[in-house]
Amino acid sequence: MKPNYRLLPINRREALREGFFAAAGVLLASRLAGVAKALPAAQAPAKAKSVIQIWMWGGPAHLDTFDPKPEAGENYCGPLNSPIETNVSGMRICELLPLLAKQADKYSLIRSMTHGLYAHETASYTVQTGRIAGGHDVYPSVGAVVSLFKGYNAGYKGLIPPYIVLTEPQGRFSEEGFLGSRYKPFSTGGDPAQARFVVEGVVAQGLTDDRQKERREYLHQLDTLGHAMRGDPQLAASDDAEKLAYELILGDAGKVFDLSQEKDDLRDRYGRTTFGQSCLVARRLVERGVPYITINYQGGWDTHKQNFQVMRRRLPEMDKGLATLLRDLSERGLLDTTLVWWNGEFGRKPKVDWEAPWNGGRNHWGGVFSALVAGGGFKGGHVVGSSDARGEEVKDRPVYPADLIGSMYELLGIDAAGRLPHPTGLEARVTPTAADGLPLAGRLKEIM
Amino acid sequence: MLRGRVQNFHPTAGFLLFAACFAPASAFGADAQKAFTAPFEAAGELTPRNRIDELVFAHWKELGIQPANLCSDSVFLRRAWLDATGTLPTAQQASEFLASHDPNKRAALIDQLLERDEFADYWAMKWSDLLRVKAEFPIELWPNAAQAYYHWIHDSLRQNKPYDQFVREMLTASGSNFREAPVNFYRAMQNRQPAGIAQTVALTFMGVRTEKWPAARLAQMAAFFSAVGYKHTDEWKEEIVFFDRGKAVPSLLTFPDGTPARLQPDQDPREAFAGWLLAPGNPWFAHNIANRVWYWLLGRGIVQEPDDIRADNPPENAKLLAWLENELVASHYDVRHVFRLILNSTTYQLSPIPRAERTVAAAHFASYPLRRLDAEVLIDALDQITGTSEAYTSAIPEPYTFMPDFQRAISLPDGSIGSSFLDLFGHPARDTGLESERNNRASDAQRLHMLNSTHVQRKLQQGPKLAAMMRDIKNPRELVSQLYLTILSRYPTDDEWKVMAAHSQSGAPKGRDAVVDLGWGLINSSEFLYRH
Repeated sequence: MKPNYRLLPINRREALREGFFAAAGVLLASRLAGVAKALPAAQAPAKAKSVIQIWMWGGPAHLDTFDPKPEAGENYCGPLNSPIETNVSGMRICELLPLLAKQADKYSLIRSMTHGLYAHETASYTVQTGRIAGGHDVYPSVGAVVSLFKGYNAGYKGLIPPYIVLTEPQGRFSEEGFLGSRYKPFSTGGDPAQARFVVEGVVAQGLTDDRQKERREYLHQLDTLGHAMRGDPQLAASDDAEKLAYELILGDAGKVFDLSQEKDDLRDRYGRTTFGQSCLVARRLVERGVPYITINYQGGWDTHKQNFQVMRRRLPEMDKGLATLLRDLSERGLLDTTLVWWNGEFGRKPKVDWEAPWNGGRNHWGGVFSALVAGGGFKGGHVVGSSDARGEEVKDRPVYPADLIGSMYELLGIDAAGRLPHPTGLEARVTPTAADGLPLAGRLKEIM
Repeated sequence: MLRGRVQNFHPTAGFLLFAACFAPASAFGADAQKAFTAPFEAAGELTPRNRIDELVFAHWKELGIQPANLCSDSVFLRRAWLDATGTLPTAQQASEFLASHDPNKRAALIDQLLERDEFADYWAMKWSDLLRVKAEFPIELWPNAAQAYYHWIHDSLRQNKPYDQFVREMLTASGSNFREAPVNFYRAMQNRQPAGIAQTVALTFMGVRTEKWPAARLAQMAAFFSAVGYKHTDEWKEEIVFFDRGKAVPSLLTFPDGTPARLQPDQDPREAFAGWLLAPGNPWFAHNIANRVWYWLLGRGIVQEPDDIRADNPPENAKLLAWLENELVASHYDVRHVFRLILNSTTYQLSPIPRAERTVAAAHFASYPLRRLDAEVLIDALDQITGTSEAYTSAIPEPYTFMPDFQRAISLPDGSIGSSFLDLFGHPARDTGLESERNNRASDAQRLHMLNSTHVQRKLQQGPKLAAMMRDIKNPRELVSQLYLTILSRYPTDDEWKVMAAHSQSGAPKGRDAVVDLGWGLINSSEFLYRH
């Protein structure tokens, strides 16, 4: 066992565990000091309390979503050649997104995202860490950084873990990076579109509360080694974990995943799809103060083949879920403090591959792509930057991943120039500088 | 009978007894407490079994440390299986060992374990962590190269290839990543610049973090890797690692210990480096591996962290480490010999219940450290107990990444092939090769998963092995004994029988549900979840 003391959260369980650290010869005070050093100093007050990241796994086409190019012709826009006006004058988006068109005042589009990467894993890493791959380390994703600075170390007290992924982990890289598994997202498993959202561990099927309690009592009686080693710090921590687990299993906190508590017509408006209901779960998690939620949207966006068929099938579902989420957050007064971040690891090749076997597919494209941001201090109704006439390169105002990430951190009150705790004590900045490999073009002041 | 010494053990009494042991003891042995905690400890004085014990006991005496008692046979059986092979003994293996009256049965078991296939499987997994065997980001070996590398590692361990030869084959390798498996050593790192390679070589084979070196020393070592070339071929994802004669290498180089190296004309500088590193008497090479083996088996290095060897991080017991190094070199780098020495020592066979102050006992190997089972070992154990199987997948499906049913996690050939369970329980990402990447620290989410997930619940309720046990064993007492042997590798104690009897008298579920609940209780017990 080699706990990385620097990374331990300071939460309400510390009171129970303090004895352990003292006994382990680690001064709690110095550990606290270490964390304090890593926490942001003298920041402007945070505008955003929570982030909902909509991760478009696979990389959806920018031309077929938020950066339509009907003037580029059939070989670029394919059949999706009639973009629609939104409720913000001059902002046009794909015709398959009519509901989002009515909410455009709530979000801004960045049409000049760029990193020049064309492989899923390196691009996923760069978009979610701001860094270029190739050093000795793997840096933590935005979610892990937010859970470090806004989770248990920063007074978050929820029973629900501070970094949730709906419903399956991304699997491309270790989101927690060198911060270690404490900052790994909790993936719910299950499917919120089913009659019952079976969140792995929280919701058990076929066990009554009475049987749960009975079993728990039995477990305590049979834990012979636990009795023989009473006072062992690891086992004490495990007992604490068990107490928390049963608070979740038997208590009210787990009800956050019970979508039957929502009105049917609202559930319908989100769409009775995994994505739509995930958006609804995300809103419920935000209401309970969870700082970071990723919706890992495995919608088949890696459209090498038959791009337009996929878009016709999946965009209406995305439109419904995301537009309802923005409206619902706004109506509940949560949008001002909830940052919604939508993008994939890259965009897709503007020129359509009509020939077999692609049959109207689009390849990967890292030259330029789009992101959508809303709430949490970002202004709505703006377009940042632009791509060229065919959507192949940045035309003006490039935005590199670290520019966007640094802007989000600023809104969250996280010092982008601060330090991350590193397992071997190396210096590690929260966001990269230009010396780390990718250029920077400045934070998104125009929409902050 | 087979259960060893059964005591009337009450938790409170045990706690008082245990607390009494905090009293300082000037010596251990003859007049030490005769109280043993059933079923985890064995009667008997601590006697030195080999030189390890002489050196360790002497150190305890010097420091006035009271060591733990000897562990019981059932604890030893389970511990040796898990530590040496990452595998749970079956009920039959457990009952046979417990029934044996052979006074040398522990040594005999160790000999058997070191020859088992699972020994090679488990240590190939360990080495694949350290050598970062992973097809995808950020290592990007590619699936078939990862598997070629893995199988080479596995074969080397199965044959018990001398450790110096194992390392030499990697350090001096040239050729195709598909055909010359050890060249993948030079591919399995994010930073392939000479300094990046030197950093990886130092971490892996010298146990050194070059970040803590003066920059000049790293630059000197990097020069030995400045002529490593990489090139692609027409074959998809094939990559050749070679000695690139086109790259300038100074003819006079300096080894990390400061001695000069003069290269022969046209000599691959990696050969010169390997010659220096693998020479008997090298200050890092045997030191590093002897310390790591100790760390792997005893949970803490003689130098701790095991991959942070430096002058200002001295060994806990320098004589002990020096003796292990000598044994390794004298046995022609037979790592299995070092395993055997450690596993046979009384030091290794101590109880997990400390009799000295906890942190003191831990720092000086005066009790066996509790460690949560590795992610892979835990899921394999659950599969073995219930007769179930897991699905392992990779983010990029390739012919090489499809795994058959009943694939064991400890023998997954590629770090990119995994499951959400392995992620949750902290299998290493294989990004850096640091030992600390493997995280066996228990988390809240893990506890939740074991207690209440559909995944685990389904194994217990639908697993064919438990179902067969329930079908075939009619006598409830026999069924319970079999469950204990299967899950905890021992028989129930008298107190446990009483608990179970009382439980069945209450309104608890009957029949099948009762068996499931007992199985659930045992797999969630500390005894199951922690190596002890």
